[in-house]
This record gives sequence, C-alpha cells and structure tokens, in this order.
Amino acid sequence: MTAVELPAGATARTSSLDLVLRARELGIVLALAVLVAVTTLSNHRFLSGQSIRDILLGTAILAVLAVGQAVVVITRNIDLSVGSVLGLSAFTVGTLLRDHPGLPVVGALLIGAAVGGVCGAVNGVLVRYGNVPALVVTLGTLYVVRGITYFWAGGQQINADELPSGFLDFGNATLLGIPYLVLIAVLVLAVTGVVLRSYRVGRELYAMGSSPQAARLAGIAVGRRTIGAFAVSGALAGLAGVLFAARFGTIDAAAGTGYELNVVAAVVVGGVAVFGGSGSVWGAALGALLLTTIGSSLAVLEINQFWQQAIVGGLILLAIGADRLVAARVAASLKKRGSHVH
Amino acid sequence: MFTKFANWNVAIIGVTIAVLIIAAATVDNFGTAQNFGFLILDLLPIALVALPMTLVIVTGEIDLSVASTLGLSSAVMGYLWNQNQPIETIIPLCLLLGAVLGAVNGFFVTVLGLPSLAVTIGTLALYRGLAFVVLGDGAVADFPAQYTDWVTGNIGGTSIPNVLIVIVILAAVFGVILHATPVGRAVFAVGASEQAARFAGVRPGRLKFWLYVVSGVVAGLAGLLWTLRYSSARADNGAGLELAVVAAVLLGGVSIFGGKGALPGVIAGVLLLASLQNALRLSDVSNEALNVVTGVLLIVSVLAPNLATAVRSSLQRRRHRPEPL
Repeated sequence: MTAVELPAGATARTSSLDLVLRARELGIVLALAVLVAVTTLSNHRFLSGQSIRDILLGTAILAVLAVGQAVVVITRNIDLSVGSVLGLSAFTVGTLLRDHPGLPVVGALLIGAAVGGVCGAVNGVLVRYGNVPALVVTLGTLYVVRGITYFWAGGQQINADELPSGFLDFGNATLLGIPYLVLIAVLVLAVTGVVLRSYRVGRELYAMGSSPQAARLAGIAVGRRTIGAFAVSGALAGLAGVLFAARFGTIDAAAGTGYELNVVAAVVVGGVAVFGGSGSVWGAALGALLLTTIGSSLAVLEINQFWQQAIVGGLILLAIGADRLVAARVAASLKKRGSHVH
Repeated sequence: MFTKFANWNVAIIGVTIAVLIIAAATVDNFGTAQNFGFLILDLLPIALVALPMTLVIVTGEIDLSVASTLGLSSAVMGYLWNQNQPIETIIPLCLLLGAVLGAVNGFFVTVLGLPSLAVTIGTLALYRGLAFVVLGDGAVADFPAQYTDWVTGNIGGTSIPNVLIVIVILAAVFGVILHATPVGRAVFAVGASEQAARFAGVRPGRLKFWLYVVSGVVAGLAGLLWTLRYSSARADNGAGLELAVVAAVLLGGVSIFGGKGALPGVIAGVLLLASLQNALRLSDVSNEALNVVTGVLLIVSVLAPNLATAVRSSLQRRRHRPEPL
C-alpha cells in the first residue's frame, strides 16, 4: 500500500517524494512498535489475547470514524459533527432494536449508516450552498444533532438487557478469532482506500483538496463531490454508532461526546494534511490504532490515565509540525533539482 | 462596506433587544432583577473570552484552546491553594500561566506557520489533559470568602453583579483597541489581506503572536473568576466553552474568513445567546436540548449574510438588466 497519495503530475519525482512521505507512516509504525515493546516488557499481560482484542475493538470504531473524516479532510474540509452523529445513530438503532428485537444486524447497520448519511448530506448541502466554512457548519450541527438526541432521549438510557442477544453477540463474536467489528472496519478501510487511490472519483477529491479552483476549471463537479464526501463521513459515523452500540450495549444521549477530537487527532497524526489534498485513509487508520494503543498501554503501565489527553494533544502538535518539516524539505530538494514544482 | 456591518450590528442588537422584551413578557421570572444578576454571572466567561477571540478571528485565525486554558488555570489555582500558597500569589501566577499557554499557541501558529485550527485543537487536548494531570478529577474548594463573595456579590445595595464591572472595563478596552487605534486597524488589515498588511508596514506574525498571548491571559482570568464563582477548582471547568464562544462571536457578525466584524455586535451576540438559553432554561427546557438553539443560531448567523448578499445581487441584476449600456 502506498503511504501517501501523490498529486497527479508528480510521478516523475515519485521516488524521492514517495520515500519522504512514506517515512511518515513508517514513523507511526515505529512508534507503535516501541510502545508495544516497552509496555510488554514492563507487563506481559499487555500482549494477552484479551488486551489485544480490546485494542482492536476500540480501534475498529475510531478507525471507521477516521476513514470518513479523512475523506472530508482530503477535500480541504472538516467534519466536527461526527461524535454527535455517532450518538444519534447509536440511540436510534438502540431504540429500534429495543422495540423490534427481530431486526437483523445487517438492518441495524444499514439504518445507522442511513441516519448518519442524512446528517452528513445536510452538512454537505450547507457547506456547498451556504458558502460557509465546514468548520462553522459542522460546529453548528455538532450542537444541533447532539441537542436532538438529548431532546429525544431525555434522561433515558438503553441497557444491554433490553437489546436482543443476537445484536450483542455480534458485538462480541469473532470469525477465525477476529471480531466482526474489526472485519467491518477493515472492509470499510479497504473499500475507501481503493476508491480514493484507483478510481476517478477518489482522484477528484484529492484534486479538490489541492486546489478547489483548479479542480472546478478541470470540470470536476466540486459541489456534488463536497456533498458526497460529507455524506460518506456521516454514513461512516452512523455505522460507527451501531458498532458502538454493539460493543458497549449501554447507550444514552451522551454516547460519543467529544469523539470528534480523537477522530481529528487520529487523522492528523496519520498524516492527512489539514490543508487538504494529501494523506490516506491507511494513515488515518494507523493513527487510530496508535491513539487506542496509547490508551491501553497507559492503563497497563499504571500511568495516570489523565496523561492520555495531554499525549493526544502533544501528538497532534508533533504531527503537524513534522508535516511542515517534511513539506519544507521536499520543497527544498525539488528546488535543488531545478523542478517547477513548488 | 462599513454600512453593511453597521447594518448587521443594528440587526443583531435589534434581535437581542426583541428577545429580551419577548422573554421578559412571556417567561416567568425572566424579567426580575435577580435573574438579570444570574444572567450576567452565566455569561461572564463567554463574554470575557469572546473579546480577544473577536480580534483573533478578525485576523483570520482561531483559538479553540481557550476553554482548556480556563480549565488549566482553574486546576493550577486549586493545586497551589492546596499547597497553602496565598491567593495573592496564585492570581498573578494563573494570569502568567495563561500568557504562557497563549504564547505556545502563538509560537506554533506564527513562528512555525502552522494552521491555527490544527494547532489549537492540539492544545485544546494538551491543556485539558495537563489540567487533569495537575488536579486529577477531584475538586478544591474553600477559597477565601472575601474573593468568592466579591465575584458572586452585587454592587452596593443593587442587584447588579460586581463582575459586570470587569466585563464593562475589558469590553471598553478591547473596543477602543479594535476600533480606535492603529493596532485595531492592523488587525483588520491582516484579516483582509496579510500580504497587503505587510506591505503597509504591519508585522502580521508579531501581531498574531501577541493576540494569542492576550487570549491566553483573558482565558486564565476567566478560569480564576469561574473558580471563585463556584468556589470550586476543577480540571473540567469550562469544558466545551470554546464552541459557545466561537458561536457567540460569529453570531455577532464577525466573519470566520477574517477582516470583518465589530465588538458591539459580539457583545450583542453573547447577550443574545445567554438570554435565549436563560429564558429556555426558565421554561424548563433541558440544558442539553438548548444545544439545538445554539447550533441553529450559529448556522443561521453565518448563512444569513450570504443569503442577503445573494438576494441583493440578484435584485440588482434584475434592476440593471433593462438599462442600455
């Protein structure tokens, strides 16, 4: 898999550019390896089946969100409403399953994705037709969607014993030792990754992120693609809501509060530039894995859990700082070779 | 262009006054002097933090770390109080802390040239995390009564809260700076075009750096006042406040693209947000459901100017079409 998608036209310099950019994901893998090694050395429990399973389940939910966020960020937008959309979807599906225990799991997944997709499409339409930055729009819908969930749920909570056992089994069951949740996340990752990398619509999203004006001049339906990208992000947030419900079994109106921060962190740490046009969903998923692993290893190392948030913040700063450094170095090396690329 | 902003300011102030009158007429207890006092206390942190935020957004940047700075300031205040430090030492230290936290943001944004949205999302997590590291999830109370009483108390025998003095003084200072000094003109110039501002002799990097420092100091001050008001230092104080502040500032007619905005509108935006929430809360609408109101207000306020412009230009086109060139 390619570390980072390259802008079209840079193919002649692929080797050196590719190498530099690849270093970024190599860095995450290296950081992960060191983290796992140190934690395991201090406590062998860390590599136990249960612990790995917990990390994978946590990563699965965060990675599905991060893949959607990456699609939006690649187009030079941002979706802050994902945590709220996850909450609305989880509560919708939870309520439906409580009242209609016969609903199949696939139905629940589809309904969750549909709820999220509608929220995402609304974001997209507001961004597209309102001429307003996505930051503001999704900040607004973060409030609205969460408010709707609270308004609807009131103080009530859906408990595991109210959910059909088939659904809860789905949250715990495995296929060849791999949890279903992880398989779904991998499927989402693979499909989105391949579409972004090898299909026209994927290349168009990168083009929009690199330069919206140039993309428009090149005949890309920027408006429609923007709505589409937000719909995908929303649908995946909705899907993540169902996974959340299946994993935890207990759902209230606050489900997923503050997730947007972790998702943006995973994406940024994974090398998706906030100015759009570069990065990959693979990186975003790796970022999600790193963040989740940090959380578990802090617990195993018996380090104050409160450090986690501080570390997440530090990682974001480190990652965007590294981005700037890499960008500067690439620009310098290209200049030296007399390239027109800047 | 000036008249257009004057229009937005007049509109938002008008809407605010209308909301106040309607709420006073229809919501029980809204129009009482006691409720007015509560309203001022409730909007205190948003109003304070919104002042420097206005300047930051006018330059085209953003500071999402303010609520975490408030929380860290509160946590450090509690920690130092637990260490038996005198409150007279703690207060300047917390303001200094705010300045340092703001300078860190400023450094990343102006010296390293990183996007302020990403930087301040990073420091939002970092500062909040540090607040929990400093104080854990406990609370520190028992701050000296003379200070807590002043923050929750009223001026003389009236029902006007003392803290209104702080809001008025700071609002006046920021208003004068933004609208009547070269610094304010530089802020607008940088927001309109950084390059043009640089040619005009402004140093955008230095200006933005100091704006972040000021933003940090005011957030630190808000942390102190928050702690004294509830007599409770907690690491999660003010969590999520950054969104309300940004919403209030944009509601006040400040453009997220930079270069446009005015402080009277922002004050009205803060008052509108706070009084709507207060009125709905008095009407037994749950705190969380109020989020819908905040969100819709935010979206409408940023969409409205664009819609108005679109309508106006289409009307103008229609009017001009029959005229021969």
